[in-house]
Amino acid sequence: MTALPPALAHWFAARGWGLHPHQQQMLDQAAAPALLLIAPTGGGKTLAGFLPSLAELAEGGHRGLHTLYISPLKALTADIRRNLTRPVEEAGLPIRIEDRTGDTGATQRRRQRADPPHILLTTPESLALLLSYPDAPRIFAGLARVIVDEIHALAESKRGDQLMLCLARLQRLAPGLRRVGLSATVDDPAAIAGLLAPHPAPCTILTADPGPDPDIAMLDTAAAPPWAGGGGRYAIPEVLEQVARHRTTLIFHNTRAQAEIFFHELWLQNEAALPIGIHHGSLSREQRVRVEAAMATGQLRGVVCTGSLDLGIDWGDVDLVIQVGAPKNVKRLVQRIGRANHRYNAPSKALLVPANRFEVVECRAALEAVTAHDLDGEPRGPGPRDVLCQHILMTAAAGPFSADALFAEVTHAGAYAGLTRAAFDACLDFVATGGYALRAYDRWQRLMQRDGLWQLRDPRAGAQIRMNLGTIIDTETLAVRLKGRMGQPLGEIEEAFASTLTPGDTFLIGGEVVRYEGLRELTVEVSRSPGRAPKVAVFNGTKFATSTLLTQRILDIFQQSGWPELPAHTAGWLARQREVSRLPDPTRLLLESFPHDGREHLCIYGFAGRNAQQTLGLLLTKRLEDQGRHPLGFVATDYATLIWGLDPVTDATGLFDRAALRQGLETWLAGNAVMKRTFRASAIIAGLIDRNTPGRRKSGRQATFSSDILYDTLRRYDPGHLLLQITHEEALRGLVDFGRIEEMLDRIGPRIDLVRLDRVTPLAAPLMLEPGRIPVDGAGRSRLMAEAAGRLLAAAGLG
Amino acid sequence: MNGHSFTLQGAALVALPSGALWWPSEAALAVSDLHLGRSERYARRGGALLPPYETQDTLHRLDADIQATGARTVLCLGDSFDDLAAADALQETARLCLTRLMAGRRWLWVEGNHDPGPIDLPGSHLAVARLGPLTFRHMSEPDERGEISGHYHPKFTLSARGYRVTRPCFLIDRARVILPAYGTYTGGLSSADPALLSLIGRDAIAVLTGTPSVAVPLSPQRATTAS
Repeated sequence: MTALPPALAHWFAARGWGLHPHQQQMLDQAAAPALLLIAPTGGGKTLAGFLPSLAELAEGGHRGLHTLYISPLKALTADIRRNLTRPVEEAGLPIRIEDRTGDTGATQRRRQRADPPHILLTTPESLALLLSYPDAPRIFAGLARVIVDEIHALAESKRGDQLMLCLARLQRLAPGLRRVGLSATVDDPAAIAGLLAPHPAPCTILTADPGPDPDIAMLDTAAAPPWAGGGGRYAIPEVLEQVARHRTTLIFHNTRAQAEIFFHELWLQNEAALPIGIHHGSLSREQRVRVEAAMATGQLRGVVCTGSLDLGIDWGDVDLVIQVGAPKNVKRLVQRIGRANHRYNAPSKALLVPANRFEVVECRAALEAVTAHDLDGEPRGPGPRDVLCQHILMTAAAGPFSADALFAEVTHAGAYAGLTRAAFDACLDFVATGGYALRAYDRWQRLMQRDGLWQLRDPRAGAQIRMNLGTIIDTETLAVRLKGRMGQPLGEIEEAFASTLTPGDTFLIGGEVVRYEGLRELTVEVSRSPGRAPKVAVFNGTKFATSTLLTQRILDIFQQSGWPELPAHTAGWLARQREVSRLPDPTRLLLESFPHDGREHLCIYGFAGRNAQQTLGLLLTKRLEDQGRHPLGFVATDYATLIWGLDPVTDATGLFDRAALRQGLETWLAGNAVMKRTFRASAIIAGLIDRNTPGRRKSGRQATFSSDILYDTLRRYDPGHLLLQITHEEALRGLVDFGRIEEMLDRIGPRIDLVRLDRVTPLAAPLMLEPGRIPVDGAGRSRLMAEAAGRLLAAAGLG
Repeated sequence: MNGHSFTLQGAALVALPSGALWWPSEAALAVSDLHLGRSERYARRGGALLPPYETQDTLHRLDADIQATGARTVLCLGDSFDDLAAADALQETARLCLTRLMAGRRWLWVEGNHDPGPIDLPGSHLAVARLGPLTFRHMSEPDERGEISGHYHPKFTLSARGYRVTRPCFLIDRARVILPAYGTYTGGLSSADPALLSLIGRDAIAVLTGTPSVAVPLSPQRATTAS
């Protein structure tokens, strides 16, 4: 058994603290080349990661950087630095600890490169930036350990792919480097281990005691949830009651807009004036810091929040988590629940609030999954090549490299282990020359080969590459400030939303109603406008699709003969559906066709998740239009797509033909906005176009042109181009999510049931009330434009 | 012919969905801001390596307009090339294509701020071209009447029931027309931008490119941006 250094052991003992078994195990296994710790929230996971470093550094004698700690959150690095510095200083250990993020000042950054601390806390993006400097080999030469915190969260995104490529680079600069991953409970630890370890080396997995099962239930409410929509407003009296009964309650929402509306309504009913705050990613940093500080000191009884509080520091003494709206994903729900009650070995307490009738079933399915320890995992597939292109650029910025050595290096990253040399060479060619089929121009050269090594043709290009590092693609947002000199910053809103505002419009931000006054430079100026009904704010809240696991469980619940465990209103609703039509079955596809309100409707219960159901809507309406069946529009939810039009659909033959759907993806859908957004993200990551920095947007609006133009041009003149291949690969997940459509087709086979009815069914009725209706492209679009033009003419007195 | 017909200083004109302006009585076609060779200029300066197809695409569309109208005179209202070196670096295929388009018709190159000098191509090179009651130049001058210009790459955003569409547009008032940028790799400047609002009269309309041609008054938009 490895002991702590005496000074540290003494410091622990003086506080009456002992090590958890998994913390001791981490010390014992410190020599492992790759080590993954799976532990629940609040299990002292981060300290467990650092103990071996503290032990090794306690003797003094190590010069330069010893441990690199990487976290997905900037805020987390600063917090960990404070938490770690305390025992180190009080135990008198000779260890220097610093953090480095986008917020670190230029002087400090320069000093850190010249004289690195023993322990450096940073983010994946800041690490990529450090590695892009020519002096990276010197900075990282003595690096002994790298700790990747919240690796389960990173593993789900391109940030993780980029990080693992950076680790492969680090391993070359410091061959003895040991890797440690810290993860929350996941469905497949081996998959995370495979990402962490240098391929094909094995990875030791340690699993901490998961603690007792959470105490989780659905919130009982006096009012039944509404038929459709989100937000959970109907449950506010019961939520307030729960907040009053607990010390601190976190109230999670799936989107920022819903959090804003809920918070606003909550305060209208908060007669006891319980101190409740709001926290989400669109609020200004000042606002967020204020809420975090108030929580840490126990001044808040509740916080309405979004994913912005999913990760990170244990703010305050949370003893209840309320999830409003369907959890969509069991793994994330479990992690959220873990935010409550951080006394290790005490159960976390959580309540679910379904926002509508359908979500009652989904919440029930989620409860059962949590109890059964059944977590969803959606395998991510091989490492995306846009990230690889950026990695090649980063490598070039650091100095000349050999293609052979870089290929060997990147295939040590688990996600890229299966990368072929041809695929790698295509990326290298794209980075070096643009990779175009038309080869007549010798000026298309970003990299050139000299003495067998690739290097930047113009070394000054390094600065531009550094500015574009990172894989997070933000939607363009505008800052919101109170009007007046030195107006207080309130947060930010999407540019697209801002452009729909006219002076006098009101919207919600930070829980207050503000009035839009005008746009000044790139800032939205507002004034406070209490008491007015707000026009709803649309934030760039991510819309997660319900996971495959949850939809499967929902379909299973439908197969029961009765539903005694569901509230009577929901059980009755399902029974009625079974009576007049049927309930969807996991191995079949149910279609309902019926007239309603003068229009014909077709409802497709695909249960493929929101994004895939939307893609299905786009593909099917196009096919119906081609068949002359005049669709007018559609709306998609996580479980169904509802299409309306002029003619009844009584025959679905060929509508779900796999080859035809795939053909639609490759031809017609390829021109659609969702594909263009997918392309834009990959084009920025791969380095074809620069990120839109606010300054540049201001100066060069006339000169910059949209990435849509590049996409259309490539499709027309260079259809085999690498970036189009990447866009197509990306379309299998994310916004387009065609992979889930294929999954659905696998599940249903040829078993498609079309039920013709004379009226709307209980299951389809809520869809009629869903927002987000999409008019069908084509005839509908021209009509809308003519309508809008007519309105403008009339407004101008010309109509 | 599709497009928006209107009269300027007695001349009957058509704003075509492609972004070109057609003057039937003179069989004259005007286009502005072709920005040929833009990707070449970016690459030469060490910027992004954009797909090198925009010259081909722009000329292809111009060809289609010339064929459809049977234009006997073509006016390019400046910024025809992204810079003078881009004009020199024109690929042989593009040069041949241009020569073919120019054959048998009058071709006027008006200078722009990107191409302020003679280029090594046939056709007449002018700072300003005057045809009948109309004056063609790159950048609009405040007191001119009957003027056709480009430079600003105007675009317009139309909102309808939560659905938004932004397209390059013509800006037309009693005294002038500002053409949209015709080149494939061109962005746009919002019609609500002060630079454009100060030029254009209160009675101005925007004619969106694309099909169908939609004409909208600028004034409602002005009311909202005035405060």
